[in-house]
Amino acid sequence: MARINLDHIRHAYGPNPKKPSDYSLKEVHHEWNDGGAYALLGPSGCGKTTLLNIISGLLQPSEGKILFDGKDVTNLSTQDRNIAQVFQFPVIYDTMTVYDNLAFPLRNRHVPEAEVDRRVKEIIEMIGLSDRAKKRAQGLTADQKQKISLGRGLVRSDVSAILFDEPLTVIDPHMKWVLRSQLKRLHKQFGFTMVYVTHDQTEALTFADKVVVMYDGEIVQIGTPAELFEKPKHTFVGYFIGSPGMNVLPARIDGSSVDLDGQKVALSFAPKIAAGAKTELGIRPEFVRLGREGMPVTISKVEDIGRQKIVRASFANRPIAIVVHEDGEIPAEPKITFDPNAINIYANSWRVGGEA
Amino acid sequence: MEKTWNNKAWFMVLPVLVLVAFSAVIPLMTVVNYSVQDTFGNNEFFWAGTDWFIQVLQSDRFWDALTRNLIFSAIILTIEIPLGILIALNMPKTGFGVPVCLVLMSLPLLIPWNVVGTIWQVFGRVDIGLLGYTLAALGINYNYVNNVFDAWVTLIVMDIWHWTSLVVLLCYAGLVSIPDAYYQAAKIDGASRWAVFRYIQLPKMKRVLLIAFLLRFMDSFMIYTEPFVVTGGGPGNATTFLSIDLVKTAIGQFDLGPAAALSLIYFLIILLLSWIFYTVMTNSDAQS
Amino acid sequence: MLELKNITKVVGADTHIHPTDLVLERGSLNVLLGPTLSGKTSLMRLMAGLDKPTTGTITFDGKDVTGVRVQDRSVAMVYQQFINYPAMTVYENIASPMRISGKDAATIDREVRKAAELMKLTPYLERTPLNLSGGQQQRTALARAIVKNASLVLLDEPLANLDYKLREELREELPKLFAASGSIFVYATTEPQEALLLGGNTATLSQGRISQFGPTISVYRKPADIVTAKTFADPPLNTIDLVKSGDAFERDGITVLPVPAHLSGIADGAYTIAFHPHHLSLARPHQTAATLKARIIISEIAGSESFIHVDCAGSRWVMLEHGIHDIEPDTAIELFVDTRHLMAFGADGRAIGGSADSHTVRGA
Repeated sequence: MARINLDHIRHAYGPNPKKPSDYSLKEVHHEWNDGGAYALLGPSGCGKTTLLNIISGLLQPSEGKILFDGKDVTNLSTQDRNIAQVFQFPVIYDTMTVYDNLAFPLRNRHVPEAEVDRRVKEIIEMIGLSDRAKKRAQGLTADQKQKISLGRGLVRSDVSAILFDEPLTVIDPHMKWVLRSQLKRLHKQFGFTMVYVTHDQTEALTFADKVVVMYDGEIVQIGTPAELFEKPKHTFVGYFIGSPGMNVLPARIDGSSVDLDGQKVALSFAPKIAAGAKTELGIRPEFVRLGREGMPVTISKVEDIGRQKIVRASFANRPIAIVVHEDGEIPAEPKITFDPNAINIYANSWRVGGEA
Repeated sequence: MEKTWNNKAWFMVLPVLVLVAFSAVIPLMTVVNYSVQDTFGNNEFFWAGTDWFIQVLQSDRFWDALTRNLIFSAIILTIEIPLGILIALNMPKTGFGVPVCLVLMSLPLLIPWNVVGTIWQVFGRVDIGLLGYTLAALGINYNYVNNVFDAWVTLIVMDIWHWTSLVVLLCYAGLVSIPDAYYQAAKIDGASRWAVFRYIQLPKMKRVLLIAFLLRFMDSFMIYTEPFVVTGGGPGNATTFLSIDLVKTAIGQFDLGPAAALSLIYFLIILLLSWIFYTVMTNSDAQS
Repeated sequence: MLELKNITKVVGADTHIHPTDLVLERGSLNVLLGPTLSGKTSLMRLMAGLDKPTTGTITFDGKDVTGVRVQDRSVAMVYQQFINYPAMTVYENIASPMRISGKDAATIDREVRKAAELMKLTPYLERTPLNLSGGQQQRTALARAIVKNASLVLLDEPLANLDYKLREELREELPKLFAASGSIFVYATTEPQEALLLGGNTATLSQGRISQFGPTISVYRKPADIVTAKTFADPPLNTIDLVKSGDAFERDGITVLPVPAHLSGIADGAYTIAFHPHHLSLARPHQTAATLKARIIISEIAGSESFIHVDCAGSRWVMLEHGIHDIEPDTAIELFVDTRHLMAFGADGRAIGGSADSHTVRGA
């Protein structure tokens, strides 16, 4: 396993890029730790797959270098980079048995057969397909095939990193839970460096130690799931993470006091804001308390989704989403308060801190 | 996936069924009729039973022609199928080369059988043909009219030139349907070029290869026009295949009874061999 | 009103649909919820008239339409793949069903613009579908289904190929569209969360059988059998096999859980006890909550909440807990079950003792 350095990487699909907008991937400069689990999260076209392909070597970046453990691999082919990859649609060798599928990467590298047998047996046990070892891989279900794809990566003892390209897309919701937790447990046990591309926030957050949120070819924020949830650096992160996303309300800020179209909210700090910036207040639906005290709201709809209710309301002439617990009641004259620790202030869409 | 269920669709194929009845079933029944009777013209028929069949099956002429057919088909298949795969593998998958290659590949298929025969007949002539003349100039004694080996080589080269494209196009269709992820995964698994072919491309081409194999077998087994135009079945009987023999019997000698019996035997051989190939090849697919 | 009476579909040796009765009212939204290959698409094809049922009849507003072809029925369908005419503009794509039915140009223009506005496609009317994002392509397909004004609209996992956030947006808009028209809507999905967000009615499918049909939230809250409960659970349902003996649920003679008030009336014997992951917690949520010992398998953090996979006396459960709890694997912990929400299922899988809790059932 390896530490990955992305050294001033940029990529454009067209020739002679000049303007920043010519680049599908704007400058990326980061170090990813050995043994870390990283998720690249963003909507389609945000550049996450481009970045993954640059790491795997299927794509050469227009500019910059990529290093594995300090060694420049920018010009190395995929084979020579020693990476493993699991694709969106399971790739298996239909005509081979499960055992031979797993042995394939080792036999290609002329590993002695005794060693092959030892490794394959270990991995087949790990992915829970021992009873199917001698069966042809063709008739397996999508999740079993995906396990084989993963197994072919795990079986090699020398892989630098395992890359995942939306691997759970074709898996049923129930199996997603099983596969996800198994993967996470394998990571805990063996500590591979993993990079996981997805548009699904649940997958990204549950899988990764660090989530890399991308938008329009740029990395907007890298953080732990908790950081992304509690302190989104950009309103896009606030919107993209969380379901429903963060409520973002236009706000006038004066010292440590916020004016939301007439409704006043006091902050525990005074944000430092440049003159003329567009200012907004961000609060997650989970941190809006619905009760009999506070600021008045008009409820338009209540979605009962089983374990919780999502209340859609109008507050200060803006739509707002509020999450209420399963047993939580909805008062006749609803009012809301904000959890003061959960309020974020944004100037020109970027989060601003301040002195307490 | 099931087909859309719609009874009216049958009306659409009715004209075809009628046409097939007139063009295939009725002539076939006529042949059956001839094969069990004897006639000397004047529409007088005598029951002959299985006599013609026995006569055909006991003749050396039949077995010699059949052997030639089998050898010819075997040679054609062993050359055209691998060659077709090889060309398909090396065809470009993107860019402007794709339409160019596809058009080039389709060209031989667009030329009628007899024209192909004539082209090669002229092409191979020692006096005026480019090929024949060049070979002669190089000191190679090439003469498809007198030399058995040369006649066979000419027919085989002609068939390969004419029909390998079909195998190529079918294989190519199979190859382009393989998602990129398979190639990427193979790269990552460190697979050699041969392993990629053996475990990804060949399995994915299996179905189209079966079709290519059957089509090429049936067509080569029924070869007629090319030897008819180029060699006329000679030298001697060296290129007299079943089809040529059949025509000689039926039209040359006007032995309608034996010719009809031969036709039916010929027909049944093709049916039987095609069925055997089909079963063997699809069975190996189902095993798992 | 679309009525399926004793419908079956057998293809070769496989039974795709077991005998099924289903009544769908006009103006209703009906979700078919079940995993891949549970028969959702087969059932939709039967409803549409793309396939003929092996047995049974289909009536529409009392009229038998069993043998009627899809072309002669008023049906619109939207698939998982984005299916549009690639050579036509978005405008022409949306207009196509009305052109076929021979509407006049003014009506077509009005309807296309109305549907485009609803689906937020107005700026893209002159583009061709291949120059649009996946979300816009699917909006075009949806708009085409809307203008057709069909009496039956079938949506087969229409959002499955879209980004998570786009799904969220469209999912919010779809019920509004449904409410506006008087058509019968049928929506197939594999995701329980999607069914809950859409509301309406839900039929849970498993292996070609409808296990339950009713208002979505009540099917979720009061599943008639364990198959329904499992189909309609995301995260997966937690289950444990226990024996009721007096006021305790036991295993091998040892009390595992107390019998809550709403199950006190059921007979002693063996049951499968089930509950949702959010009724399992690290902190005591309620006076009557039961305490259990468990071992952590893995903790997953999802921003505001954690999914904690645990092994409790050999049963593998998921706990959904608010806040961030990154507990190391193999740690021994104590956890609490909110027994007010326990469900009990008999040996035949049927729900026993009305898995009732304090919730009132809100219908569609």
